[in-house]
Amino acid sequence: MQVKTLIENHGFSHLSGNDLDREISNVYSCDLLSWVMAKGKHDTAWITVQTHNNILAVASLLEFACIIIPENISVEQEIIDKANEQGVVMLSTQLEVFEIFKILYEAGIK
Amino acid sequence: MNSYFKNEENLAMKLHYDILKDDFSRAGEASSKIKNMLRQLAIDANILRRIAIATYEAEINLVIHSMGGTIEVFIKPECVEIYIEDQGPGIENVELAMTKGYSTATNVAREMGFGAGMGLPNMEKVSDEFVIESTLNVGTNIKMVVNY
Repeated sequence: MQVKTLIENHGFSHLSGNDLDREISNVYSCDLLSWVMAKGKHDTAWITVQTHNNILAVASLLEFACIIIPENISVEQEIIDKANEQGVVMLSTQLEVFEIFKILYEAGIK
Repeated sequence: MNSYFKNEENLAMKLHYDILKDDFSRAGEASSKIKNMLRQLAIDANILRRIAIATYEAEINLVIHSMGGTIEVFIKPECVEIYIEDQGPGIENVELAMTKGYSTATNVAREMGFGAGMGLPNMEKVSDEFVIESTLNVGTNIKMVVNY
């Protein structure tokens, strides 16, 4: 599944970043950054409730496909600007983590 | 365990970054710069990823635990060596600090998702050679080697 499919077919909001053709190969959800550093794989869609700028460093260092902020949690403009500078794709959705997992699982990410 | 020693033999390039205490807003910047520099040298993606994890965890540790310190990266023909030095406060029990899940991070740091107690174990895991020396009230030195 490409990142843009989440925006076009599932109503996710596009917050930052340009690489929307990027293929999502893995999914991970965790809010402890060291845990994510240890377990995150490349081309991951990472679901987290953290919205401070350090999630951008994690996503960019591990070359994640995108960050997904669930449950309509708002993200400050300053963070969105930084994400754009660093080319990190961020999406947001009103869905809960399990609902997001279901969409990605049904799209064939297993 | 080997003792901490900066080995300048066969040094091709040296990178140096100063990391400030409590500078959460910039934490991760040095690691990103190091990764971008190494990517330009066409270093293998898997090696890059290990170095990124090592430098990122070290950088976060300097921000949340230290009085400030430095990250130095020695780029060599066979490996990359990463040297972390801080100005204190030192680690009381290194063995405990190396235990997965053990953390002395503040509540503020934990709320931001730091302080999982995985930093030092992650650094050791991605390194081919890992040396840590710490003296209470003096500081901590860490050497990490990642072979190509």
